Amino acid sequence: MSKTIEEINSKIKSGKAVVVNAEEIIDIVREKGISRAASEVDVVTTGTFAPMCSSGIYFNTGHSKPRIKLEAGKTFINDVPAYTGFAATDVMLGATALPDDDPRNKIHPGDFNYGGGHVIEELVSGKDVCLSATAYGTDCYPRKKLDTWINIRDLNEAVFLSLRNCYQNYNVATNTSNKTIYTYLGVLKPRLGNAMYCSAGQLSPLLNDPYYKTIGIGTRVFLGGGTGYISWQGTQHSPAAPRTENGVPKRGAATLSFTGDLKQMNARWLRGVSMQGYGASLAVGIGIPIPILNEEILEYAAVTDNDILTAVVDYATAYPNNLPDILSEVSYAQLKSGSIRLGSKSIPTASLSSYSRALEISNTLKEWINTGTFLLSSPVAPIPKAESGQSARPLNYRPVERNNSY
Amino acid sequence: MRISRKIVLHFPARLVEEPIAYRLVKDYNLQFNILKASIIPDSEGFVVLELSGSQEDYDQGVLFLTKTGVKIEALSQNVIRNEEKCTHCGACLTICPTGAFEVDPLTRKVSFVHDRCIACSNCIKACPPRAMELHF
Repeated sequence: MSKTIEEINSKIKSGKAVVVNAEEIIDIVREKGISRAASEVDVVTTGTFAPMCSSGIYFNTGHSKPRIKLEAGKTFINDVPAYTGFAATDVMLGATALPDDDPRNKIHPGDFNYGGGHVIEELVSGKDVCLSATAYGTDCYPRKKLDTWINIRDLNEAVFLSLRNCYQNYNVATNTSNKTIYTYLGVLKPRLGNAMYCSAGQLSPLLNDPYYKTIGIGTRVFLGGGTGYISWQGTQHSPAAPRTENGVPKRGAATLSFTGDLKQMNARWLRGVSMQGYGASLAVGIGIPIPILNEEILEYAAVTDNDILTAVVDYATAYPNNLPDILSEVSYAQLKSGSIRLGSKSIPTASLSSYSRALEISNTLKEWINTGTFLLSSPVAPIPKAESGQSARPLNYRPVERNNSY
Repeated sequence: MRISRKIVLHFPARLVEEPIAYRLVKDYNLQFNILKASIIPDSEGFVVLELSGSQEDYDQGVLFLTKTGVKIEALSQNVIRNEEKCTHCGACLTICPTGAFEVDPLTRKVSFVHDRCIACSNCIKACPPRAMELHF
């Protein structure tokens, strides 16, 4: 039997939709079988909460008296540099930007206690932040300096924008070298001392819809505690990644780009994070509902941590040199057991992605749908699928020859 | 048996100008290494010490401190988790040398087992939301 999104939405409006999270659906399918579960369940909710670089915001400050043209000048929010190359009062801030006077890794490993992600968290939580700008004057925009407190409630628009979030799957990082290394996947102890992973596994949005049959451009989602939308495939989208027999990618694969009203969002789900020796970022909470339109879609959504494999990669050699070598493949069930085996060695595992927060997101989304405040949307266009053969390419490096003799 | 402990000594204002550390060395044969201190004349002060010596001397020294009115705490009591900031990701799990962090296999929530903490502070900067705090 099959359903349409319109049918599911009318059930949501009348309070009759059956909504479960991507963890609960596993037992339901085991108990009732695919066919009965597919006719009974209307929506499966997913969730993920993890550091997601390539996240940011943009906002419009409103015009000052006299006017200033922030574009082509320099603008800082709480000392973190923002990008203003769009228009007079449109400001864009990325999660990984750092204050100019942050010492970075000059004393290794650097702390990275404050960056763009932390500014975003403060702005979302309603705190005043300081905007300092210098610009050149023109006849119509004479002001050259601005130093003012701003608050999210006074901004004309404040919008969350990400270029790449919600990786379908992700590497497990470990370290074969003899010294501790500091990576975006955390602190990695020497001689395979630990392994870090970063995915909600069976709860993660794109692992529950591995062929993007329901998730596409225009899909309405839980974004940072508010409502947002998928605006495009993310950068480095690689749907042609190798897959298991049940269709689940074994590598990074698909990514998504999101947008949504920052004013509705909540600092519980947009948290500045500091990666020792690496940099600053933003942990983002995202939840995507999967409409159970037919048995096939349900079968994918019932995926378990046992069925999802990922690659263990050496972040001391293969990763920094951009080599394809992997050390092994492991399942999320193994990763969550607390250790994985590599040859004769047992490696303790830890996660950067919060499963308990991912579960909280999937339950919040469930509640929104159950109370009729969140309706499902049909994608207006698909994102490139596995059969597109699309895969992220390395940089086509063509060194520039310069004449430096004078 | 030689032992070595990291402890926090809280001095009431009346003891701030007493040469307490000198007495520990001279009368109790203890070695100390000051890790952090804040002592201002006429107000309360604290010292974080690594105190080492024989078990007997250590016990006698601690007894002396208690009798003079110094309040003693184990340093481990001073690494705390800011529950508002912790996101229960688990990045701390493999960083802690004593296994003071545990993850519940069902809820995947991370608990901080205070008794096992030796206040090495490895977790403080390895925690992405900076939820672990060192309080003296």
